[in-house]
Amino acid sequence: MPVILAENLSKMYPVAVKEPGLKGTVQHFFRRTYRQIKAVQNVSFAIEPGEVVGFLGANGAGKTTTLKMLTGLIHPSAGRISVAGHVPFQRKFAFLQNITLVMGQKQQLIWDLPALDSLRINAAVYGISDRDFKTRVGELTEMLSLEGKLTQAVRKLSLGERMKAELLAALIHQPHVLFLDEPTLGLDVNAQVSVREFLRAYNQRYQATVLLTSHYMADITALCQRVLVIHEGQLIYDGSLDGLVDRFAPCREVNIELAHPYAAEKLSLYGDLESVDGAIAKFLVPQERLTRTVAKLLSELEIVDLSVTEPPIEEVIGRVLRSGVAT
Amino acid sequence: MNRIINIARTMTSVYYAYMVEYRAELLLWVLSGSLPIILMGIWMQAAQTGNFGLTPIEFARYFLAAFIVRQFTVVWVIWEFEREIVEGKLSFRLLQPLDPVWHHFFSHFAERFARLPFAFGLIALFFWLYPQSFWLPSLGGFLLFLLTAVCAFALRFLMQYTLSMFAFWTERASALEQFWFLFYLFLSGMVAPLEVYPPQMRAIVLWTPFPYLIHFPASLLVGLPVNLGQGLLVMLGWSAVFFAIYRWLWSKGLKQYSGMGA
Repeated sequence: MPVILAENLSKMYPVAVKEPGLKGTVQHFFRRTYRQIKAVQNVSFAIEPGEVVGFLGANGAGKTTTLKMLTGLIHPSAGRISVAGHVPFQRKFAFLQNITLVMGQKQQLIWDLPALDSLRINAAVYGISDRDFKTRVGELTEMLSLEGKLTQAVRKLSLGERMKAELLAALIHQPHVLFLDEPTLGLDVNAQVSVREFLRAYNQRYQATVLLTSHYMADITALCQRVLVIHEGQLIYDGSLDGLVDRFAPCREVNIELAHPYAAEKLSLYGDLESVDGAIAKFLVPQERLTRTVAKLLSELEIVDLSVTEPPIEEVIGRVLRSGVAT
Repeated sequence: MNRIINIARTMTSVYYAYMVEYRAELLLWVLSGSLPIILMGIWMQAAQTGNFGLTPIEFARYFLAAFIVRQFTVVWVIWEFEREIVEGKLSFRLLQPLDPVWHHFFSHFAERFARLPFAFGLIALFFWLYPQSFWLPSLGGFLLFLLTAVCAFALRFLMQYTLSMFAFWTERASALEQFWFLFYLFLSGMVAPLEVYPPQMRAIVLWTPFPYLIHFPASLLVGLPVNLGQGLLVMLGWSAVFFAIYRWLWSKGLKQYSGMGA
């Protein structure tokens, strides 16, 4: 039985429209006009207990709006939702005890106090006993490598430490359904890796279900077997991550810096030349030809630097969108 | 029950810690509430030359009592709530199994403990400078003052929290409070005790919630005559009215909430 179920979920809301300039301002003051935005349209999916699902889409595609509906923060305009057997918007005690939402760009910890103070409030609100509180804080502190940080004022923590402390605050009640909205936003590579490892460990230890949005491909590849792709409010892909990447991102980017500039015609003999700017060039190379192409580039050209990267997630999504795939 | 006691205890101690982080700011806030002390000087001067129903000493005591009541009943929830709506921070509160109002309530409650020592210091200074005005209220009067001051805080908090609900629609609900404050300023007894108002006007004003926010508890503290039964009933009635409006607006507002920026 699915732990998260969305059926024909839609959300529309009015947005005030204002023309620029003084005339627009005066009109806006006396006669405000609104436009209906279709943020989410007929989205349906089901997620089984313990699954870790990536939720992908460009900015403004409807990811956060969907998460807000799934967590009961906003009321859907149409459709049906069930999360952990509850209707989210009713915000029943048992539902709220069982879910959490982490927002990478927002913080719930009290800025001027140590994180432990905010955690104590959360523990009281969720009815966690002192003994359980100590055990859980100890356990999560260890998993997140936050030893000694919880007694420092939140404002004195680094961004990575703060995000980990936010995760701790969001998970102190041991929820089984996690909604994570850009949990690694703005973190350096090391901090991203430790947050990812923590999420994987949490999922395994508590059999938690996770719905995760991220613009970092590495978050998705490290954690998710399955992805949902949303575009302009509509779900256009629901399937395995391998399927998505193989179908829409079978290439790797090869970036080279040459000792001196070469003609684009010459460079294009080595593969699909994406861009060339003086001595810097970028190729798109199919994965199966990657080793051969890199070896050929290194042996035949005077190369100062070479790097191979995955195309950014936005690019993969862009291809999904361009190809117009539906579920 | 244990959970509720634990929430009250924890929130009070954490929000107290938060409030005392800003000691200098707190002292300035206490001083900013000293309008009654300024008005005291004006009214005492006036009372020496004309007949205003109270003697200069009574004016001094009344305005000192008004200052004390203000310290007990300062409320700023509308600015906090508006910020939570505009920045989408209400979302975190809504994710927890507790009505968000309790966070605001306990932060106000805890602030009283941080504020009152400063206020008592100012009162002691006042009596030292002007010993003629010193008085000791009767035990009964003092207990009634405490009860009505708590009720005045609850009513003021409910009134402002009700206006806060408009932040779901206007996002600048504090403008409503600024307008409302005008009535509060003139009808609560902050700028002048109700004794100086014409009797007809006073009779009408006593049916509004405003005089019960300052004048009523202040009068009980200094021993001015008040209709205790009517006062408590009017306070209770208005609290019930504001509570009902607040709950109705809250349920409507939640449907309107878009979790901006979150």
